[in-house]
Order: sequence, then C-alpha cells, then structure tokens
Amino acid sequence: MLTMKAQVLIRPKQGILDPQGLAVEEALPALGFSGVSNVHVGRLVELEVDDPAQLDAMCEKLLANPLIEDFEVVLSDSSGA
Amino acid sequence: MATRFGIVQFPGSCDETDTLLACSRVGDAELLWHKDTDLGGVDVVVLPGGFSYGDYLRVGAIVQFAPIMGAVAEHAAGGGLVLGICNGFQVLTEAGLLPGALLPNTNLRFTCQQADLIVENTETPFTHESAPGEIISVPAKHGAGRFYAPPELLAQIEDGGQVLLRYAEGHNFNGSVNDIAGVTNEGRNVFGLMPHPEHAVDPLTGSDDALKLFHSLASAAPMAVGSGDMT
Repeated sequence: MLTMKAQVLIRPKQGILDPQGLAVEEALPALGFSGVSNVHVGRLVELEVDDPAQLDAMCEKLLANPLIEDFEVVLSDSSGA
Repeated sequence: MATRFGIVQFPGSCDETDTLLACSRVGDAELLWHKDTDLGGVDVVVLPGGFSYGDYLRVGAIVQFAPIMGAVAEHAAGGGLVLGICNGFQVLTEAGLLPGALLPNTNLRFTCQQADLIVENTETPFTHESAPGEIISVPAKHGAGRFYAPPELLAQIEDGGQVLLRYAEGHNFNGSVNDIAGVTNEGRNVFGLMPHPEHAVDPLTGSDDALKLFHSLASAAPMAVGSGDMT
C-alpha cells in the first residue's frame, strides 16, 4: 500500500506566553551564544498515513489544540513500495 | 436519598481515593473505571487529579477518547453535574466540555502550595453554600495549571459569570489569565478547577474550607436535570 510520510509541526500560538521558549532564549546567552531572539519550543509529530487528506482533522482533534497551538503539515516522499 | 458520586479512575489517576473519601463525607461515593461505558446511575461525576495516560502529547489530550468519556459528555449534555479537579479540569477543557485551556505554569515548575481562592459566582450547584467574595484555602499542585482563553472567549466567560474561583492576590503562582482558578460551562453544570478541594475537607490536613463545595454539590444534585435518581 502506498503510504505518505508526514511531519506535523506544532507551535505555541503567537501572542501566548511561551515560557519554554523564553527559558531557552535566556539559556543560550548564558552559554556564550549571542544574537538569539524569538525562540519558541513546539512539538514534532512524524507519521505515515494512507490518506493524507485526513491529516488536518487529526491535528484539530488530537495532535494539536487549536485554541493554543498552530500546526503545519509537511508531506514528504511516499515510503510504500 | 443520599447523592451518589462517581469518581472516574483513569490509568495515571492519583487522587481518586482522596476524592472518594471527600465525597463520602457528604453522600455515597464509588469508583468508576475508565473502560466503563455507562455511569451506573450516579448523580455527580468527578474526574480526579493525576496524570492520566502519562500526560502524553498534551495534558488531558488522550483521555478525552477513553470509553467512559462518551457517557460523561452525555451526562453533562443532559444537565448532570460534572466536577473536574486538576487533571480532571484539563481533561474537560480538552474534551470541549469546559472553555479555555491549561498551559504549563509560567515558572515552568511543578508547584505545590496552599492557595487562597476567592469564591466569585455563588449561584451555581458547586458554590451555592459559599458567600460571594469568601476566601478559601485549598492546596494546589500542578505543572500545567495556567488557565488561558483567547480575549473574545475570556470576555464571554467573564460576562457570563462563569468564573467561580480566582486566586487571591499573591496566590496566582501559575500565571493564569485574570487569576482564574476555576470555571464553569454556560449551563453551569460542569465545573473545573486546578486546586484540590478533596485535600481540604479536614482540619487535620490544614484546611476544611473546601468541604462546602462538596456539601453544595450534594444538596444541588437532586435538583440537577441529569440526576441519576430521575432516570
């Protein structure tokens, strides 16, 4: 069966305080890395699906919480043979 | 007839026993199992604290699809009383039974402390035995208790009198918007809060301030539309 590989990138919505991103942003200069800003920490879900058309619904229902997170679906090569 | 409380035990629940004991002080209480598909006729359903399904993906995200959640949603839709404590609150927001979402605490720490809460709206089945503005001392312990709702929804919650509990000044340790500690739905029959009322029912553990909440529930349950006694 032909399946598609997909990556779902889930990010905290803009404007919502992201303490994780902030903590990383503050940690980097402490290690000597300067010039870093706008750090946000999200989630990556990798999956293989038979029907990529269902991905948006999967995101809305489970993978992301649309109230607090944005998601982006990235499809890559088919992995089936 | 005594009010019947059903406390749902999920894999990863950890406060079901204290909740059972707290409910037993004001009525009959029993545990329900997450794989059950009916509520056995209880009047009040309580989703206890803990880390259901390991908090995988997001807190409360996976549990909304547990077999029993269909019956919980049905109970709520019929006007039955539902209480969600801590993880139970997170679950109810994820399941769409309560507005808003719970985000990681701004301090990024799992924080355990006694919190002073102001009782706001007392015209609900959960708070009718309290006085408006009353301050109660209740323990809170969580890593993801920062209540959030986008501006429009927040205004709706505030205008609708859906905020039942607020952290008193200096007690909003998790960064919740408008100091919100507990909200109800529009129908005022589903209530979720991050602090743990079941740990504040006996002076032995420092406070019995939250016993009123359970008394409120016990006396309001027979009037609730979805009460098990009426079906």
